[in-house]
Amino acid sequence: MGRIQLKSVTKSFGDVQVIPPLDLTIEDGEFTVFVGPSGCGKSTLLRLIAGLEDITSGQIEIDGADATEVPPAKRGLAMVFQSYALYPHMSVRKNIAFPLRMAKLEQAEIDSRVEGAAQVLNLTDYLDRRPGQLSGGQRQRVAIGRAIVREPAAFLFDEPLSNLDAALRVGMRLEISELHKRLKTTMIYVTHDQVEAMTMADKIVVLQAGVIEQVGSPLELYHNPRNEFVAGFIGSPKMNFIKGDEAKKHGATTVGIRPEHCDVSKSEGLWKGVVGVSEHLGSDTFIHVHETGLADMLTVRVTGDISANHGDTIFISPQTDQLHRFDAQGLRMP
Amino acid sequence: MATQHSRSAARLMMAPAVILLLGWMLVPLTMTLYFSFKKYLPLRGGDLGWVGFENYVRFVSSSAFWPAVQATLVIVGGVLLITVVLGILLAMLLDQPMWGQGVVRILVIAPFFVMPTVSALVWKNMFMDPVNGLLAHLWRFFGAEPISWLSEASMTSIIMIVSWQWLPFATLILLTAIQSLDSEQLEAAEMDGASPLNRFWHIILPHLSRAITIVILIQTIFLLSIFAEIFVTTGGAFGTRTLTYLIFQRVLESQNVGLGSAGGVYAIILANIVAIFLMRIVGKNLDA
Amino acid sequence: MARAVTANRKMINTAIAWAVGLLIFFPILWTILTSFKTEAQAIASPPIFLGFDWTLENYSIVQERSDYMRFLWNSVIIAGGSTLLGIIIAVPAAWSMAFVPSKRTKDILLWMLSTKMLPAVGVLYPIYLLFINLGLLDSRFGLVMVIMLINLPIIVWMLYTYFREIPGEILEAARMDGATLKEEILYVLTPMAVPGIASTVLLNFILAWNEAFWTLNLTAVDAAPLTAFIASYSSPEGLFFAKLSAASTMAIAPILILGWFSQKQLVRGLTFGAVK
Repeated sequence: MGRIQLKSVTKSFGDVQVIPPLDLTIEDGEFTVFVGPSGCGKSTLLRLIAGLEDITSGQIEIDGADATEVPPAKRGLAMVFQSYALYPHMSVRKNIAFPLRMAKLEQAEIDSRVEGAAQVLNLTDYLDRRPGQLSGGQRQRVAIGRAIVREPAAFLFDEPLSNLDAALRVGMRLEISELHKRLKTTMIYVTHDQVEAMTMADKIVVLQAGVIEQVGSPLELYHNPRNEFVAGFIGSPKMNFIKGDEAKKHGATTVGIRPEHCDVSKSEGLWKGVVGVSEHLGSDTFIHVHETGLADMLTVRVTGDISANHGDTIFISPQTDQLHRFDAQGLRMP
Repeated sequence: MATQHSRSAARLMMAPAVILLLGWMLVPLTMTLYFSFKKYLPLRGGDLGWVGFENYVRFVSSSAFWPAVQATLVIVGGVLLITVVLGILLAMLLDQPMWGQGVVRILVIAPFFVMPTVSALVWKNMFMDPVNGLLAHLWRFFGAEPISWLSEASMTSIIMIVSWQWLPFATLILLTAIQSLDSEQLEAAEMDGASPLNRFWHIILPHLSRAITIVILIQTIFLLSIFAEIFVTTGGAFGTRTLTYLIFQRVLESQNVGLGSAGGVYAIILANIVAIFLMRIVGKNLDA
Repeated sequence: MARAVTANRKMINTAIAWAVGLLIFFPILWTILTSFKTEAQAIASPPIFLGFDWTLENYSIVQERSDYMRFLWNSVIIAGGSTLLGIIIAVPAAWSMAFVPSKRTKDILLWMLSTKMLPAVGVLYPIYLLFINLGLLDSRFGLVMVIMLINLPIIVWMLYTYFREIPGEILEAARMDGATLKEEILYVLTPMAVPGIASTVLLNFILAWNEAFWTLNLTAVDAAPLTAFIASYSSPEGLFFAKLSAASTMAIAPILILGWFSQKQLVRGLTFGAVK
């Protein structure tokens, strides 16, 4: 079980309110990702749930019971920290066993649970090493191991992959997703990387300045962003935004079009521009177009390879059914 | 990381240290202030009533006061000058590549670990004794008349002894500071055509300025209250009676507690002036 | 410097540095050597450097005259007791300041430091009086308390600077893992801070060992440590060089050895973390 409910939760540091009243429900077994730019309050929110910070007002419920005043250890949650926070003076075995030792479990029970976790995480050969002798990915797995042996109601991950290099990050991402599928335990995962959010989440919570901008499944957010911020934050390369007359034609203050929803031609099209840089990824080509008179730069994504040289004239036609319209407040118009 | 729970735990855990130090500071301080306004002679009648600022006036106007201030300043100033200048030279020497660096460093630091009473006695007897002292032998070897150090050159002697004790401290801190100097800076200066003297003056010395300030301030605090070195050598005679020693004599030797306490208040004020400067520097470092 | 230095240059450096080092160390060396001489050889003219008859008789005479072991024991009790007590009081305080900082943390730290600046002589009589009234004069317990209090700011400061280097996330992890505050400090913080705590203990032991104001003024016989043992050689026994040397060597040897281990920590401790 692991249903977590936040009811009008606020957090202030001194006079600064970093989280205005916020309501959120995380269902049992759900993989929820908090995503947003740095400083948006996503880590603070996670720490409030963990109990590492006090909430200023409001209520946190875990499985229907009020957990607002419950100390971190008694909330039944496990956390994986950004720096892994392994105990450097303990072996891997002792690190993983630590929460069980604190819970005063019997030694036999501790041993079997540690062995089990080590097997799941491929750490069996490293149980007697110190964290200092492990690679980044292995340390990450020890941190996860320490979390899973407790069989918590929910896992909290605080940017767990940000200290790994790109290749390892993709691998660990899969491992964590795999783990979730197998354990079916609630997971709350904080990241600033929208790719991680899109690939892992059942439910994404987009945060900005402590405020929830939108909650939804990855594809909901992609197809129906509630506002300009979410539209710009989700998806890579970023959505193009066009203001002014072109937007007025569609009865909006701003219109947005994703790079992948543009057709490109060298001879004819709706918008005309000059090629700046084109990035060839093999499978796709990103072309950055200038001098369209619409925005500083438009980015389009073309499947496959296309030859577009710096300075070439190019025509872009947006797929009108994929156009997003936003009003003066930045809210998406239906 | 702070929850209400951990904050109250923190306050609770800080309490013993804070309460003890608060008591250690306030109780004696209040008593000193109290006595300083009294005529109080424990062996000759005890508490003889309030006298207002008389003790403060008498302490300052006594014939011993200004010489004591002077002796204090000369000792502190002399020791600071010697330890800082020699300390810089030694630190630069020890920073050079050499064989047995670790051993040399230990040799240089060793005096700091010697008990003040021991170093004072060893210097007084085995080196400065006018008949059998090693320095007397040395003087005779060069055909000079041995000096009775502690009576004829009392201040010089005390400064020598105390400098010997504190030179390691200055050297160690300055050495640490020199070692933190980025060698690329020196190489860049060399490429720019700076002579060794220029490099010392424009790069090494400014780099050391903070460490030098710290050495000066910390040593000043300790030097203002040197006691054992005078206690076992001259006993305050031959013009070596510092402010600390004068107060000690007033309080314990002549048992004039009121007068001594007034002197104590002066000493506290003096130390606090120095302390304020040190706090500023340390406080700044705390933010960094 | 990332550059090869000529062997010649290195040789000159070595020669100068060793000469200076030996010169500075010489008084200690001379004291140790003299302690093994007979009294006659100790004041021989010209002085004898090495070619004397090594003898241990000074040590036995000193021991007979003033019961070295009793003073040594007092020194150990006072330095060890005050350091241990100081650590027990300072660890929780330093934990609080390093991991639960508040707006006042910095002020409290600076204030603690300022108590260290209080000139001992300024409060000599009040302490003396309190000691008499509480029956603490010439007691080890009284001295342990006083020395602990004068060093407590340094202990708190040193531990604070060491603790601050330990990432707070690790302690939070322990908290999430169900450790109580006591378990967090005992099983996680303390083992991680062992090097820092060890050097704090070492430095404060040395400072307490060498403290010579309060130990001289507040003890007479029963609690007198080695500082007083040595001060009693002030005169006229000081003229017996060999015995004075033996006594001195006995007083400084334990700490000289300890000091060699802690020289790196000295810088940090004595500058209250201002120089690392």
